[in-house]
Amino acid sequence: MARYLLKRLGFIIVSLFFIVTITFFLMQAAPGGPFASERKLPPVIEQQMNEQYGLDDPLYEQYFDYLVNIVQWDFGPSFKYVGQSVNDIISRSFPYSLILGAEAIFLALSIGVLLGVIAALKHNKFGDYFAMVIAVLGISVPSFILASVLQYVFAVKLQMLPVARFESFAHTILPAIALATTPLAFIARLMRSSMLDVLHSDYIKTAKAKGLNERVVTYRHAIRNAILPVVSYLGPLVVAILTGSFVIESIFAIPGLGNEFVVSVTNRDYTVIMGTTVFFSVLLLVSILIVDLIYGLVDPRIKVAGKGDK
Amino acid sequence: MDKILKVNDLSVSFDTYGGEVKAVRGVTFELDEKETLAIVGESGSGKSVTAQSIMRLIPTPPGKFASGSIEFNGESILDKSEKQMEGIRGKDISMIFQDPMTSLNPTMTVGKQIAEGLIKHQNMSKKEAHHRGIELLKLVGIPNPEARIKQYPHQFSGGMRQRAMIAIALACNPKILIADEPTTALDVTIQAQILDLMRDLQEQTGTAIVLITHDLGVVANAAHRVAVMYGGKVVETGKVDEIFYNPKHPYTWGLLGSMPKLEGSGDEELQAIPGSPPDLADPPKGCPFAARCPYAMKVCEEHMPEYTELSDTQKTACWLLDERAPKVEPPESAVVGGSKVNG
Repeated sequence: MARYLLKRLGFIIVSLFFIVTITFFLMQAAPGGPFASERKLPPVIEQQMNEQYGLDDPLYEQYFDYLVNIVQWDFGPSFKYVGQSVNDIISRSFPYSLILGAEAIFLALSIGVLLGVIAALKHNKFGDYFAMVIAVLGISVPSFILASVLQYVFAVKLQMLPVARFESFAHTILPAIALATTPLAFIARLMRSSMLDVLHSDYIKTAKAKGLNERVVTYRHAIRNAILPVVSYLGPLVVAILTGSFVIESIFAIPGLGNEFVVSVTNRDYTVIMGTTVFFSVLLLVSILIVDLIYGLVDPRIKVAGKGDK
Repeated sequence: MDKILKVNDLSVSFDTYGGEVKAVRGVTFELDEKETLAIVGESGSGKSVTAQSIMRLIPTPPGKFASGSIEFNGESILDKSEKQMEGIRGKDISMIFQDPMTSLNPTMTVGKQIAEGLIKHQNMSKKEAHHRGIELLKLVGIPNPEARIKQYPHQFSGGMRQRAMIAIALACNPKILIADEPTTALDVTIQAQILDLMRDLQEQTGTAIVLITHDLGVVANAAHRVAVMYGGKVVETGKVDEIFYNPKHPYTWGLLGSMPKLEGSGDEELQAIPGSPPDLADPPKGCPFAARCPYAMKVCEEHMPEYTELSDTQKTACWLLDERAPKVEPPESAVVGGSKVNG
């Protein structure tokens, strides 16, 4: 187990190296720079700024400096927001995204799995059609449309929930729902099809032949086997929700990291782009590792301990 | 001997998009206590549906019990509620399936899967069920049961999984064990072991067995009586000796002829039965085998023959046995030599 973890951590570091390198050079390859704006700066000042941030050094020197800094988890200062480091920006804005994302993932998982199970148990009956209509709507309606509709209905018309900002739990409900809908629909469909597969398998017949009732067969034998595809979808889902939240974050005026990420790209704020990219990459790689570990727990056939023993 | 199971004129059909498929059409047989009855027939002859009907494992809908009755210990199975059936399944009647690779839950230890039935039917605690599970694994010949009981099915070989399935099925000392092609997915040496095991356990526990198979070798090895099914009907039934040495139905002849023989020179060809089984969505009016039968007469296509009782135990449904029919001798290939039939 410890060896396996070490091996996986090694892979994570190698992957990160490639991600950093590729992003760094791609970013440099794009024309323009952080201080190129509509109002041209006097050349002397621009020269001074470039010197200050090390942008006049040869590219390979900038690259190695950056690598050294990143190993120390130091993403450098922001070019746009004077006096703020990238680390500050991330630690300020990430908690918002994290809370929102965690709520959305919880919603998507619990309701998605529930809908999928109901649909499979009521195959080709009302429950199935009802769940699948929700799923199709969830997949086809873009989250920003749903977000505006939610705001209009629940905040503006019914005045039940705050329309935007991020101050209390009540503020998080609407954005979390808007963020959760698409993955929820996806999980429901995934769960339904794998549940249908499992319900037709031989071991379910064995369980029924033992005299177990429908409910026990479903909970004890079917769901654990059917949930495996959902578990493997979890890794990409975590990242998609954390990074994909910028649309929702801007609609609901939440100062989250997703927002920061997009703004940094339009600002050409090199260090912030790099910092958030690396941060999201670490998040993705770690969550995939965690998903693999969970997979091993759910399905004993998959041994995480690695080679040798079957 | 007492009849523990009586299946009388059972018909089961399934509603499909292609129409109503009549999988079982008036099947009648009985099972004595401590007896092994083999139900033989090719794919689609209705044997598995018959077996699953006895446990009411046929999903309804689309399945439907069109007519007939199944009596277990004098009580009608088809009239029981789902709740009552849960009390019978696994306790009085249990079942093992064809493919041991897929019939155990991959995410649950073998021990837990054995314990489930014990906890449900015999009110055992988890601990008691665990100990009984070890005993059962020992009984079915799994070495080192204390360690094995904590393992998952993927850590078992095919033959061991089928042994574990038998342990699950026998956990509550059922009166009837239905074995649906229990050896089909196993290789030949393991087949023999599993059949021996089932026979030993039958002697120890006195369980009656309904053995479903398409392999006459298995029948010769394990069964007391045989029911030959074709096209959803039982066409011939009798003791093993009667079916092997005095078969009267042309389909039984065909089955025997398509089996390799040990005493032959080895260069004679196996006789296949030409044609394919009838479409049970639109079953033939007369004898289902008429279309493939080399001896078919006009009457065979129009009317299903009645059973002719050839002895107390042997019954055959064939027009050739009618006194007006021409005398037909079974073909050379269907004659089983004097020595014992082997699998």
